[in-house]
This record gives sequence, C-alpha cells and structure tokens, in this order.
Amino acid sequence: MASSFKLRINGTEYSVQAEPDASLLSVLRDRLGLTGSKYGCGEGQCGACTVLIDGKPRRSCLTPATSAGSSQVLTIEGLEKSGHLHPLQQAFLDEGAFQCAYCTSGMIMAGVAFLKDHPDPTDEQIARGMNGNMCRCGVYPRIIEAIRRAARSMKESQG
Amino acid sequence: MSSSIGRQLEAVEPERYEFAEKPLYDFGFARREFLKSMGGGIAVFLLVRKTAAFQESGAGRGFRGEELPREMGAWLQIAENGAVTVYTGKVEMGQNIRTSLTQAVAEELNSPLASISLVMGDTSLVPFDMGTFGSRTTPTMNLELRRVASVARETLVDMAAKTWGVDPGWLVASDGAVRDRKSGRVLEYGRLAQGQSLAKAVIESDPLTPATEWRVAGKPVPKVDGRDFVTGKHKYTPDLELPGLLHGKVLRPPSFGAELASVDIRQARAMPEITVIHDGDFVGVAAPSAEAADRALGAIHAQWKETPQPSSRQIFEYLKSHAEGSDDGRESSAHTAGSVNQGLAAAANRLAATYTVAYIAHAPLEPRAAVAEWKDGKLTVHTGTQRPFAVRDDLAQAFHISADQVRVLVPDTGSAYGGKHTGEAALEAARLARAAGAPVKRVWTREEELTWAYFRPAGVIEIKSGLRADGTISAWEFHNYNSGESGIGTPYNIANQRIQFHPCDSPLRQGSYRGLAATANQFARESHMDELARVAKLDPLEFRRRNLTDARLRVVFDAAAEKFGWGQVKPAPGHGFGIGGGVEKGGYVATCAEVSVDRASGAVRVVRLVTAFECGAVVNPDGLRNQIAGANVMGLGGALFEAIEFENGKILTNRFSRYRVPRFSDAPAVEVVIVDRKDLPSAGAGETPIMAVAPAIGNAVFDASGVRLRSLPMAPGGLKA
Repeated sequence: MASSFKLRINGTEYSVQAEPDASLLSVLRDRLGLTGSKYGCGEGQCGACTVLIDGKPRRSCLTPATSAGSSQVLTIEGLEKSGHLHPLQQAFLDEGAFQCAYCTSGMIMAGVAFLKDHPDPTDEQIARGMNGNMCRCGVYPRIIEAIRRAARSMKESQG
Repeated sequence: MSSSIGRQLEAVEPERYEFAEKPLYDFGFARREFLKSMGGGIAVFLLVRKTAAFQESGAGRGFRGEELPREMGAWLQIAENGAVTVYTGKVEMGQNIRTSLTQAVAEELNSPLASISLVMGDTSLVPFDMGTFGSRTTPTMNLELRRVASVARETLVDMAAKTWGVDPGWLVASDGAVRDRKSGRVLEYGRLAQGQSLAKAVIESDPLTPATEWRVAGKPVPKVDGRDFVTGKHKYTPDLELPGLLHGKVLRPPSFGAELASVDIRQARAMPEITVIHDGDFVGVAAPSAEAADRALGAIHAQWKETPQPSSRQIFEYLKSHAEGSDDGRESSAHTAGSVNQGLAAAANRLAATYTVAYIAHAPLEPRAAVAEWKDGKLTVHTGTQRPFAVRDDLAQAFHISADQVRVLVPDTGSAYGGKHTGEAALEAARLARAAGAPVKRVWTREEELTWAYFRPAGVIEIKSGLRADGTISAWEFHNYNSGESGIGTPYNIANQRIQFHPCDSPLRQGSYRGLAATANQFARESHMDELARVAKLDPLEFRRRNLTDARLRVVFDAAAEKFGWGQVKPAPGHGFGIGGGVEKGGYVATCAEVSVDRASGAVRVVRLVTAFECGAVVNPDGLRNQIAGANVMGLGGALFEAIEFENGKILTNRFSRYRVPRFSDAPAVEVVIVDRKDLPSAGAGETPIMAVAPAIGNAVFDASGVRLRSLPMAPGGLKA
C-alpha cells in the first residue's frame, strides 16, 4: 500500500515510505520526526501546520506529501541557520509573542513568507496577510509587534 | 457590608462546575517516591495543611469545616553540581507559570534563573496536587516554593557557617553561592551539596522576602524556555515518539445520547497490522499510521440507536424547564439580604431583564492527546491535562490497578482554558495500547474536540432591580439558570438582595472554562448596571461609583477610565464607549471598550479595549500583561460570535470553518493598566481579566447604536437592523 518517494526538506533529501493519501504534515511529523509543524484542524483553517513550499506558505495538513516531491520544503526546524535564529524567531522571543506557543511554528513560517512580500508592512497588512493563522491565546497584538520588529531588523541588516 | 456578600456566597458554595474532586491526599506514595528519588545533595520539602476549599473554590477558607492532615507540598533539590530541581504538581499550558515559579525560587534561593529547572505534573515525582485551575498557582504554589527555597537558602548558609566555623550572621547567599563578608570566601551551592544526603522539612511559615524588596520576582523575566518554542523543538504530547508507536482512533456515535446497537469489526480486524477493540461502548483501532487507522475505522460497520435531543434554538426554554427544584428548594445556593420586595416597593424606577449565554468551546489549539505505554503491568501516559493526579486515578480505576502502577506526565501543553480537566484521550490511548501490546498515540481531531469535549455551560440570567431617585440601587434580584455561580454576587452596595443559582439538566456535556460562570454573571450584572445608569440618566462610570465603596474595585474602574479617556473624549459618529468591571478570584478588573457599528451592514467591530487589573503584588509584569491582553482577545470571541450550535444531538459547529474564534482581523488595540499592589498578597491572573470584556463591548454597542444586546454571543451575524 505504501509508496516510496523523495522529499527535499530544509535542504536535505529524504526517501519516504508513506501511503499515497498521507498528508505532508503527517509525513513530516510521523515519518521524519519533524514535529515542529503542528496539527490544529486538518482543514486549513488554523495555520498551525504552515510550511514553505518553494518559498510559498502552504497548509501541510491539506498538501498530499507526494505532491511536494519536486519542491523545496522549509519547516520551522530549518529556519535557524548555524545557531542563528531567523530575525522573526528572535522577534517572537523579544516581544514574548506567545503563550502556549502551539501556534508559534506556523505563525513564524507564515510570517517569514509574509515579510518576503511585505518588507515594510503596516498593521493592517499584517492582520490581512496573517489572518489564516489562529492564536487561541489571543496574542495577536504582540505577534503584529514581532513581525514589525523583524521587518525593521531585516531592513537594518540589509543596510 | 453587602459588597462582601457575593464573595462570602462563593466561599459557602464551591464552584459546582469544577469536576468532582478526587481523594485529597496520598502522601504515603508521595513520600516513598520522594525518598527514592532523593539521590545525593540537599532536598527541602514543605509540609502543608490543605483544605478542599482552599483549592476548590478559590475562596481561601474552610470547606464544610474540614481540616485535613498535613501533607507533602512542593519540594526542591540541590544536586552536587549545583543544579536546582523544583518539583510541583502544577502544569504549564501557556499561562507562563514555569517562568513565574522559577522566578519565585530564584528570588528566595538567591540562585540564577538558569540554574533552576522545574519538574511539573509528573505524578511519580511531584507531590500530589489537585490540579491547575481556579487561578490558584500564584497565591498557593508560588508561596510554597518561595518558602521551600527560603529554607534551602538558610540551610546552605548554616552549612557554610559550620564548614568555616563562623557565625552565619557574617554570611550572605547570592548568585548561587554563600559568601563570607569578612574574608571574601565563597562556597557554591553545589560544593555545599557535595557528599550530602540531607532532606529537610519545612513546617512553619518562614518569613519571606517582601514584594517591595524583590529583585527577580516582580520583574518581566522572559519565558524561561522560549527558544524551544520558536524553533519547534518543544515536544507537546502529540509530538512524542516511541519505538513501535501506533496511532489510535475511536469510533464516535452519530449523535449525543446514541447507544451502540450492533457493530461489525470483522472487516477491520482482517486488515494487516490493525488492532481493533470492542469493549462495551468503546470501539477503537490502533495502526502503524494515522492513515491506516482511519481506513480501519472506516471499515467498521456500526448501528446506533439514536434518541431525540434538544437543539440550540430551544436551549434557553429547555434549561429553564429543566431546573432542579423550585425557588425555595435549595437554601444553600440562595443568598438573601433585606427584602427585595420592600426594596422594589421603595424604588422610583424598576427594571427587569433577561440575559442569556450560549455554550462555547475552549478550542485549545493543541487538541486532547495522549501517548500511553504498558510495561510489566505498569502504565505510563503522557497527556495534556490540568489534573494529572485525577487522570492517574481515573486510569487506575478504569484498568483496575492501583494508582502507584500508573504514571501520568504532562508536557507543557498547547493551552487548556479550563477545558482539560479530564483525561479522555489518556483512557482511550491506554485501552488501545493494552489491546495492541504496543504504545499508542491518540490525538483528537478538531472535529472530536469541538464535538465530544465538554463546553462552557449555557445559561439564562434574570435580573429585577429597583432604583431610587438619587441613583442608588434599592433592590437586586438575580437568578442564574445553569451557567454557574462564580461571580454571581454583586460588589455594589445594595441592602435588599436575592441571588440564586439554579442547576439544570444540561443536554450537552459541560464543565470549567476560563473564569467559569463569572463571565456570564458579570455580563448580565454589568449590562444591567448600564441599563440602570441610562434610567438614572447618569454616566455609567459615575453611576457605578455612586453604588460602590469597594476601594480596590474603584481603583481599577478609575484606572481603566483614565487610560481610556472616559468622559474626556466623545465617540466618533458610529462609535460607542462602554465600561464594565468586577471582582473574582482575588483579582479586580475593569474594561473600557470602544466599538464601531455600521448600521447599514450591521458590522460590529471592537476598536479598542483598555483593561485595568489588580491582583496584589505582581510576580511577572510581562507575563501578566500577556495574560490580560490575551484574555481580552479571547473574551471578544465569546462576547460577539462564539456559540456551539446543535440540533437533535448533532453539533453543527464541529469545525473551525463553522466555529468562529477571534483572528488577527478581529483583534482590537488592547491596552493594559496594571495596578501593582506590593503590599498585598499575589492573586492569580489567568482568568479574571476575561470577565469585563463582554459587558464593556455590549454597553459600547448600546452607546453607538441604541440597541441593547442581552445574549452572548451578541452579534454572531452582525447587528440586526
């Protein structure tokens, strides 16, 4: 029943054995031990499972794993580069932009993609762009601050 | 006098919607495990006197006069390498107590934050704890840990004094070491602990550092393990992996009240690598992958006997017609003072109104989950629950084994909000694991979470009031049907009161929720106060002041109003201002809201919330701000649009696409005013800041539109013209 295919995740190529109906989320979590991406709803409503596929934010719970075979997948585990946090990860720490933090991985991945398209975002743009990601603890105002802080720090580092 | 009556009422009658409590003490087990776990080093543990009410009602006084034996409380251990490990039965689920309790220990032990780690909610290692609920961690566990840490510090100082042969008065403890002020000698805590095997009990309450002198507590310390959360490294229960782990799924009835008539599991059982169980009403499968488990579940053919069930459209009539007893049937829950009839007769104006609240879901983003493993007849379960010891006892009972054969561990959990008092996923995973002879992971789907978890109770609240010509309240009659009695009293000065809770037969499974019934009761009371203020032709804040002497509540009302600019600015066209506030669980809260109402489209938007909160001495102002702001955003959902809809036993709002929770686009500007009372004991803060949001919003909608909304949620489809 299981089929065999390859996935490129965080720069590493994996050979995967999984059922054809397996979602990318379940392959990441259950086959590859990459549990940073979370299950929250299974219907693309909460964004806890957000990963980047060829740079675009995607709901891994609704993405068939086999469909990602020729793409570059980036998960929260691949965001830190040689011990350095991504500016948005750092901004989440600096702003304390979490409570239970179950949404945080998906929030950060969606935010990273958002910042690529909106290097200098307004609060309204953030609210619109991030609206598919749910934080049940209600930390939205701090997450908006974290995204703005990351935008500033990315701008400065590009100088 | 009357301002304290509401709180006395709660002390008399414990919150009935906390789940049934388990036996309180099992110190024999705890002590044995404690002594076993005590390796080298120094351990200090606390013997505490616990009463049921202290934990249960949050009232801090005796429960039916019972006093229980002293038992083991929190403890900490200083290892020979200087590492400090603190053991507590409290659990972390986003309220940030791992950080605030670490601060408490660091404060008294004079040890760096980084040297301290907390073992939380592991029933084999931590002392018995009733559970993490009722905003009790800060007023109780924080104090226990400070006391233990304080004695540990004194013990270390005494040991250093003996080692050096000097008077301990010359020694100070700081930064994880004892220092001799005379000679400058230093002995690190780890060095002092070397070769020791010392266990010390703390019985009397030792003096603690007053909040005015705090150096670590009282500061905005960041989340102690924050980096694990922004890198995805933290393992929540659904993230745990074990060799040979199987995935479990459970067959669900088509509707509430349905009974299993017959089930055919032959086809599923014939599938390779699948375990299928049929045990009474429990039918479940375990499989090597979640997909295979789903397929096996789909191959089970069941017949159910369904019975007609009430629907959300008739829920309020249903509850009122299914109330227990009559008005005079339950003296224990009725509170009276003076004569309501006389108060009404003396009134210049009388008002009566009915308020309702819907069932709502906690919808924690991490659904209920558990990983269960049996080894040599012993059961180990990781699960996200607020009550690990209760879940341990449930498991022991369900499998007919003794409690010491069961270990429950609670990884830091993806929120609960009062929704994880129970251990359903733990029981299911354990049953499947026993049948499969392999560890099983069980993660509820969102649909299961929104259907089979318990809900915040729906309710009907009826108020009758009388108003004198001078704008003071002469009579107050308040009846709550089903939603609960937390916060049912009134903080206002009213000589003639009758306040009563009427338990009802709830068609849906219901239980604790952040703030319990206080949100519903305060919504009704503070909405009604606004209505009375309009009748009295008084500003709503001025009207409250006229009827309020409680100084702490007045302070937060004034603080919120000042920050908001209440009375200083007029709302823009289409906008309105509202205010609400109250007291609960030792916390004082007031919220001012600005809303905009688009009369053409009916769209209601909360523009701004300003919440002032006072909970005694603040342990972590940053964590507190986060809790208050988050509670305001969460409260907005229940205020405006969250509701469980159901029809004839089926939950219709069983997905996030059908159950709306607040999103970025709903989030208003939230401003927080913290009133830090370093002269008062710290109270909890996870719940009470949610309570004033709904009435403040409703009152602001009235201010903007002249439409009075008396049902939560107030505007699920916008404001009807």
